[in-house]
Amino acid sequence: MALLELNDLRVSLEDGTEIVKGVDLDVSPGEIHALMGPNGSGKSSLAYALMGHPAYEITGGEALFDGQDVSEMGADKRAQAGLFLAFQYPHAIPGVTVTSFLRSAINAIRKARAGGEDDPVPIPEFRKELLEAMEHLKIPRELAQRYLNDGFSGGEKKRVEILQMAMLKPRIAVLDETDSGLDIDALRIVANGVRELVGPETGALVITHYQRILNHIKPDFVHVFVDGRIVEEGGPELAHKLEEEGYEAFLPEGAEA
Amino acid sequence: MRKFRLKSLEYFQARPLPAWGGDLTGIDFDNIFYYIRPTEKQASSWEDLPPDIKNTWDKLGIPEAEKKYLAGVGAQYESEVVYHKLKEDLEAQGVLFLDMDSGLREHEELVKEYFGKIIPQNDNKFAALNSAVWSGGSFIYVPPGVKVEMPLQAYFRINAENMGQFERTLIIVDEGAYVHYVEGCTAPVYSSDSLHSAVVEIIVKPGARCRYTTIQNWSNNVYNLVTKRAVAYENATMEWVDANLGSKLTMKYPAIWLMGEGAHGEVLSIAFGGKDQHLDAGGKAVHYAPHTSSIITSKSISKDGGRASYRGLLEVAKGAVGSKSKVVCDALILDEDSRSDTYPYIRIDESNVDIGHEATVSKIGEEQLFYLMSRGLSEAEASAMVVSGFVEPITKELPLEYAVEMNRLIQLQMEGSVG
Ligand SMILES: Nc1ncnc2c1ncn2[C@@H]1O[C@H](COP(=O)(O)OP(=O)(O)OP(=O)(O)O)[C@@H](O)[C@H]1O
Ligand SMILES: [Mg+2]
Repeated sequence: MALLELNDLRVSLEDGTEIVKGVDLDVSPGEIHALMGPNGSGKSSLAYALMGHPAYEITGGEALFDGQDVSEMGADKRAQAGLFLAFQYPHAIPGVTVTSFLRSAINAIRKARAGGEDDPVPIPEFRKELLEAMEHLKIPRELAQRYLNDGFSGGEKKRVEILQMAMLKPRIAVLDETDSGLDIDALRIVANGVRELVGPETGALVITHYQRILNHIKPDFVHVFVDGRIVEEGGPELAHKLEEEGYEAFLPEGAEA
Repeated sequence: MRKFRLKSLEYFQARPLPAWGGDLTGIDFDNIFYYIRPTEKQASSWEDLPPDIKNTWDKLGIPEAEKKYLAGVGAQYESEVVYHKLKEDLEAQGVLFLDMDSGLREHEELVKEYFGKIIPQNDNKFAALNSAVWSGGSFIYVPPGVKVEMPLQAYFRINAENMGQFERTLIIVDEGAYVHYVEGCTAPVYSSDSLHSAVVEIIVKPGARCRYTTIQNWSNNVYNLVTKRAVAYENATMEWVDANLGSKLTMKYPAIWLMGEGAHGEVLSIAFGGKDQHLDAGGKAVHYAPHTSSIITSKSISKDGGRASYRGLLEVAKGAVGSKSKVVCDALILDEDSRSDTYPYIRIDESNVDIGHEATVSKIGEEQLFYLMSRGLSEAEASAMVVSGFVEPITKELPLEYAVEMNRLIQLQMEGSVG
């Protein structure tokens, strides 16, 4: 059984509109999956629903994390269990520094894993790890003392999302268009960072529009997502084919990409 | 002093309750003990404190910094300063830090020159009451040019049921001197309503600077009606940092009268109104001299049907040319039942001035909460984080230990609610 298992998953908005229309997908540690699809096909909605955003309700099928139905868990519980979402549009938290936010998040997760007992990360250990991770992702040190995403450039936000992934060490990470907004060097640094974070303990689902990031990340599986469904699956070669031919072949008759 | 008290009592009885601000009709003036003496004499060292008082302090969890600086602490326990010892180096510098009663006894001339001059006994009903029945509080004098490096701290608390606390503080910062006074207030829970009505008068002489920091967390049945006013002379700076949590009703507007050219004043105010609480807080800046400047920053939070209002006065007198003032008030409303209001009173009699006023009202966004929860924080922790961030421009001005304390208080306030 895969760590993240989606069976005929359906997601609707509060007004009842169905956005995700039956998705089957398995993601395990050690694997990188790419999810590619046209604008508005429902990729972010799928990601939000997995993470537990209240506006995206699971209305059919199931999403299992480590065998447990996530629909019964709040976003905090899912994160504590090891699910992570790198946001397409990360939110600003004025007045809260990156450092203090990260420490609180790590401590919340550690507390949950210690059965509800406080188990704060020793500060020297935290500092060392944070500085190493920032160095690795080429994030300037002063960003750690800035308020989370407050006035960050698009690229800074995306890097800090991956910094969070590096610090929180999830078991499955969903990355929603982490590549958009990154310059060429940043793309390489971030993509290599993600590649290194994936291993025996961690798997990833990478949502993207572009082949570029996949050159660095090297997915094991590529899924084509159109109108709320996975319509084609294959290996890395499928991404190349999409890059050349677009989504036209996968769209319903008469529709335009 | 006896005449002063009697006259004040007349003023108190003659004045009606203020009709603005909050609901004061719940105060039963006949049912408040005006003076309770907890121990017979003042303790002069930590060891001399009676064990039950020490225990209460331990339970309050006085911050480490507090303990470290205990040698400089004046603490008020049931209306009487029981513990008061001046740091030796302060003494050597000629700094006076005493309880008000001793101050009056030992430095009568100095006290008489200023006592009741900044806030006249008939200033308002509650200042009159305080003037009539005051006991305890702090008296501080910093001689010219002396810069007191560590904050002088005092812990105030009310302990007996139905007890009004009417402390009276007078701070004189002489020319070119500096002092930071920190007042922390926490109170246990009582069975009936309690009144706290303090008067704080501060004189900041030319070129001097004074900062007065308050973190107040009264229990939910306390009426907290405090009059605080400072006068700042040429090129002096006065800063009020005022964080208000708890109480049933708080009405408090620290004021700065800018009397000398180039004087500068700042008020940083936080008000957190929870269930059944009404916090009416803000600040006043009165510009009487040319080229004076003031900044009032207010952050209010309301939650669980609580009310937090900003009430401020900005006044520029004729002749105060080139004066500048900026008022920023931000409100954060945590749910539909809660309420926030802004009452900015502005009176400008001089045309050559630069005045700015900004106000924002916001709600905690679902998106922000979801973002934080997706990192493993519970809903209460996530909201507490957003609130801490909201007040950060003010908490960053607090001594580190108090900033930590403040965030802990916010967390406690947030925890009760969720679900
Ligand atoms: N909260 C919402 N309210 C209304 N409509 C929504 C909401 N969320 C998503 N939608 C709609 O659902 C559809 C899918 O949106 P979604 O953001 O999931 O697409 P996407 O595949 O991530 O697109 P992109 O590649 O542009 O990021 C779109 O038509 C969008 O307008
Ligand atoms: Mg999207």
